[in-house]
Amino acid sequence: MIRQKCEVLSSRSSGIYHTVTLVAPEIAERARPGQFVEIAVPEGRDFLLRRPFSIHEASRRGGWAGTLEIAFYAAGPGTSWLTEVQPHDFLDIIGPLGKPFPYPRNLTNCLLVGGGYGAAPLYFLAKELNARRKRVDMVVGARTQDRVFKPVEAKRLSVSIAITTEDGSLGDRGRVTDVLPGMVSRTNAEVVYACGPNPMLRAVAEYCRDHGVPCQVAVEELMGCGLGVCWTCVVPVVRRDGSGWDNMRTCVDGPVLNGARIWWEKWFRGPTVPTQTPPHGFTLEGVGGETWHEGG
Amino acid sequence: MARGRVSLGVDLNGVRLPSPVLGASGTFGSGRELSELVDLTKVGGVITKSVTRAPVKGMPTPRMVETPSGMLNAIGLQNPGIEQFIRKEGPFIARAGIPVIVSIAGKSVEEFIQVAAGVHQLPGVVAIEANISCPNVERRNLVFACYPDMAAEVVGAVSRLSRLPVFAKLTPDVTNIVEVAEACIRAGAHGLSLINTMLGMAIDTRTFRPRLGAVMGGLSGPAIRPVAIRAVYEVARALPAVPIIGMGGIRRSQDAVEFLLAGAWAVAVGTANFWNPHAMIDVGRGIGEFLVERGLSSPADLRGRVAVAEEVGEAAHRGG
Repeated sequence: MIRQKCEVLSSRSSGIYHTVTLVAPEIAERARPGQFVEIAVPEGRDFLLRRPFSIHEASRRGGWAGTLEIAFYAAGPGTSWLTEVQPHDFLDIIGPLGKPFPYPRNLTNCLLVGGGYGAAPLYFLAKELNARRKRVDMVVGARTQDRVFKPVEAKRLSVSIAITTEDGSLGDRGRVTDVLPGMVSRTNAEVVYACGPNPMLRAVAEYCRDHGVPCQVAVEELMGCGLGVCWTCVVPVVRRDGSGWDNMRTCVDGPVLNGARIWWEKWFRGPTVPTQTPPHGFTLEGVGGETWHEGG
Repeated sequence: MARGRVSLGVDLNGVRLPSPVLGASGTFGSGRELSELVDLTKVGGVITKSVTRAPVKGMPTPRMVETPSGMLNAIGLQNPGIEQFIRKEGPFIARAGIPVIVSIAGKSVEEFIQVAAGVHQLPGVVAIEANISCPNVERRNLVFACYPDMAAEVVGAVSRLSRLPVFAKLTPDVTNIVEVAEACIRAGAHGLSLINTMLGMAIDTRTFRPRLGAVMGGLSGPAIRPVAIRAVYEVARALPAVPIIGMGGIRRSQDAVEFLLAGAWAVAVGTANFWNPHAMIDVGRGIGEFLVERGLSSPADLRGRVAVAEEVGEAAHRGG
């Protein structure tokens, strides 16, 4: 965890999304796919909290060495100011934060599933998996064509790709979960990684759980500090030994979690299911003798 | 003007802090979480996140909402319980080399006593903060600090059994905070932490639903600073010999100076830690610069120095 004043190298719009590249050598050096940074909203804008952004790209080698890229959709005043930053502006950044996507030790066929701009970290992940000689296939979906995140780059990074839009304006009409079963069997997927809206993650995680496929998801829950001290961003997670569940922090215990251990029903329905007992006995660590290792 | 040496140290009637700026409970963990990022030797100390007897899972999400100049939270005292706390945080607290005040909470006098007994096993702890004012509890009509007699019962029991000084953390959500403060001190509290968050609520006009999973939550940040200043001022006037740790919306050093002028002996930074994890250090440094500018030598030189004309002060005190 490092705090740096980082210079903006570039800031540009691509479709409805916006990308900001920062000079952040120390953070980029340590960053792993799935991690995020906390950016301080400049003073005078009346926001008391930083804003978390997942890392879209961190270059450790080559001409862009030491840069960090974030991609986002300016949904409200908390993020729209970031579309206005100019090259040579400085931003106060803390990172890298959170647990990254673990890489499979033995399994090789990885299917990456992304929805909307939530897919951003999967491109970084695809590169790292490719570098480890894993097979990468991708499913990228969104509501409409203009919301499909970087389909050309996804194609470049993967053996095969499926695109879905809800209105059929690009790829198959429907949702990523409609094409998921076909992609899993066609690519012989042994591991699924997913990033995107939480309902999508739930659908992907439940499919994988039911079909015995290990699944890692990067979840999103409202964050206060991003540093592990405020306990705002919790998600109910079933314990490994099935002995109960805990509210775990997305910022330090996540954002990447084992999809099979998230108690989705409790998380989404909040206080209305207090009496239900947590599910257990379906945790997938160790499926097929597989072990994970952290990025590195 | 001759400028003597400035020392930031403060002495809260025996509880000595290297700087008057502490980390407020629930905003800095036990210090361990951010020790990689922040040089803790430069802070006055850390007040830990409240610990209870048994593990608490806390409230459902969403647990937080940003409001104008403030933030509402309803975490619900999520913590691993005193046993796990001792195992996990004990070694850090023992070797941290900074003053650590452990915040304790509970639903009954017995629970407070049991947690306090656990805290006693920990080397490195300089005081206990009795959190009798957290608004995020299941039964909101059972916030001890809303009733002078209940507050006194809890604080008295902990103080009698404790070799550590006890600071009672109070809520401003009462008609007369001085009455509660006096009851706590009479019961044996060493000092007071003023103030906890204020109970608030926000509604999503799109969905018609409360914006917090727990419906209501505690308001913090600059929005509550004037309320906190008022509470410190009122209590300090009534109890000038009692150490007060002032908190509520401190972001910069002048905010902290305001608290000292109102009568605080030390201050704590809370919500601002989320935006600036180095806020305690920045605020401490700023207080030092302020003292140099004014030719003063210690934060204690500012304590209660607010210049209120006597007759105005009297009238305000009578509610005139």
